[in-house]
Amino acid sequence: MSFSLSEDHEAFRKVVRDFAEKALQPNIERWEREVGGLPTEAVNGMAELGLFGLTASEEYGGAGADLTTLCVAIEEIGRVDQSLGITLEAAVGLGINPIATYGTDEQKAQWLPDLVAGRALAGFGLTEPEAGSDAGGTRTKAVLQTNASGEAQWVVDGAKAFITNSGHELTSVVTVTARTGTNENGTPELSAIMVPTGTPGFVAEPAYRKLGWHLSDTHPLSYDGARVPEANLLGARGRGFAQFLNTLDDGRIAIAALAVGLSQACLDHSVSYALERKAFGQPIGKKQGLAFQIADLQVAVEASRLLTYKAAWLKDTGASVKQVKQAASIAKLYATEAAVSATRTATQVYGGYGFMEEYPIARFYRDAKVLEIGEGTSEVQRILISRGLGLPVE
Amino acid sequence: MKIVVCVKQVPDTWAEKKLDASKTLDRVSVDNILNEMDEFALEEALQMIAAHSGTVTVLSMGPDSATEAIRKALSMGADGAIHIVDDALKGSCAAVTSLVLAKALERIGDYDLVISGSEASDARTSVVPAMLAERLGIPQVTFVNKVEVDPAAKTLKANRITDDGYQVVEASLPAMISAVEKMNEPRYPSFKGIMAAKKKPVETLSIADLGLEADAVGLSGSWTKVNDSADRPPRSAGTIVEDEGNGGAALVDFLASKKFV
Repeated sequence: MSFSLSEDHEAFRKVVRDFAEKALQPNIERWEREVGGLPTEAVNGMAELGLFGLTASEEYGGAGADLTTLCVAIEEIGRVDQSLGITLEAAVGLGINPIATYGTDEQKAQWLPDLVAGRALAGFGLTEPEAGSDAGGTRTKAVLQTNASGEAQWVVDGAKAFITNSGHELTSVVTVTARTGTNENGTPELSAIMVPTGTPGFVAEPAYRKLGWHLSDTHPLSYDGARVPEANLLGARGRGFAQFLNTLDDGRIAIAALAVGLSQACLDHSVSYALERKAFGQPIGKKQGLAFQIADLQVAVEASRLLTYKAAWLKDTGASVKQVKQAASIAKLYATEAAVSATRTATQVYGGYGFMEEYPIARFYRDAKVLEIGEGTSEVQRILISRGLGLPVE
Repeated sequence: MKIVVCVKQVPDTWAEKKLDASKTLDRVSVDNILNEMDEFALEEALQMIAAHSGTVTVLSMGPDSATEAIRKALSMGADGAIHIVDDALKGSCAAVTSLVLAKALERIGDYDLVISGSEASDARTSVVPAMLAERLGIPQVTFVNKVEVDPAAKTLKANRITDDGYQVVEASLPAMISAVEKMNEPRYPSFKGIMAAKKKPVETLSIADLGLEADAVGLSGSWTKVNDSADRPPRSAGTIVEDEGNGGAALVDFLASKKFV
């Protein structure tokens, strides 16, 4: 039994940490102020390091690495900035993975090389203004029609909400789930369709003004008779939702890793600040009131990390789908709630300065909350965990 | 082109450096890294073979733990490495280091270019590249921030940084150059590179393999010796000048006294 990462993973962690601290960290505050969205410069840097292609196969320029490796990268990027961590997570988990998993050889050859190299970004549109956790309530529809030249095309109409990497200058395609009919049992038939950027009728609306994640690219999307070739169907017709759920387990583990990075950042900052900041003539770390909070913070970081990497390890070592799903939900639930709490502790340690944008703590505080919402809310995770236990929860 | 890049493992730039009982640097109780200046040397070599084709061999002298720095160099893209490791080497001065490296380079043979960082961040003597070139009998072009090689003509043209500006110099190959920082932007190793590094050849040599006797190297063979050392004095309180209309002049006097202006 071993609780440590392999030598390769550790060597890679050092590289990503070095990159994140030298190439990203010094620019974050300026990017938040001046760019106010996803800086292409940051994407280029992560791309050069090969981060977008970590888990993709070598055939498409990837490194063929395991999920643990991706988690290490997301944790280390997330330790410096959550927006860039989620950008990487979404680019791989939601952009690349569905195409790599369900795409035809033609689709993979067309889209993956640029996505894997980080020259382009792809989004995945599932959530709608009125369908979040209840993805089965999808209203966007796609109808197969034959155009004047006799080509079969999907005509997509509808709207999507909160879609990451969907409207950036690097965005090349957004895969969207849509109703393509009705199943025999009366439920909607959902399929996944790839809609390239620039398709007439497909518009990425202006980016959201968000509480946090200011450097990530998030847009509402609208589809008004957007036409794409029939061949843009991703995976089997009627399997759009099921396919998405299958790729979501990895995403949950990756989000847990992003949360671990945030908690670790809070711990690192809190320890150094508690040693350096003096009150009543002594470092504030001498006060039990603060020291104990920081001690609890480390407990939370360690627990989060163990749950996260155990889930990744289960996935990488071919454990059963049921085991992976349960572990992914447990890790995502625990690590994200711990991260929200960690930012509260760090802000308390920093006192008034923790509320000032000059310090990263305020940004961490703003960035944390969405971790309990994206890629399955805490409530959804609790439902899944309950069901995994055999409880007949609704 | 066959390029050899000399690299050294050094204590992390921010680590507090201490001497051990033998008055040599304690390399055990600190985190060690690949000397940052050597990364510029390696990057330059990698760019050269990308442009002109060839191989990059990393050459390092150091204890067992130096394999970590060597592996980093390999993961950045070097093709193979030679690691000179021998207990007798501990405490070697710059002159002895250059002797050992020269023997290794003679063994490698038919190289076109040897590149190293212009200094290691631990001892900071900056003399090893010059000594090494002298021992090898090849041109030395030190403190280079820009270089162009012409493998066909077997020449190079380089900018050497000096106190007054820079010199443009030419040399025939094989030659030795030492790189200054900002010469380029060293790449980060990719995960692929890290995995590939494990499969790259690392040859380990002892001083016997290089035809050297134990008493010719290490503390006993060194030309210099540390007799004594003292901790850096604690930072003193500095001088406070009350500005009574003469603040500017006092500031200039101070800077002039330190030869800043």
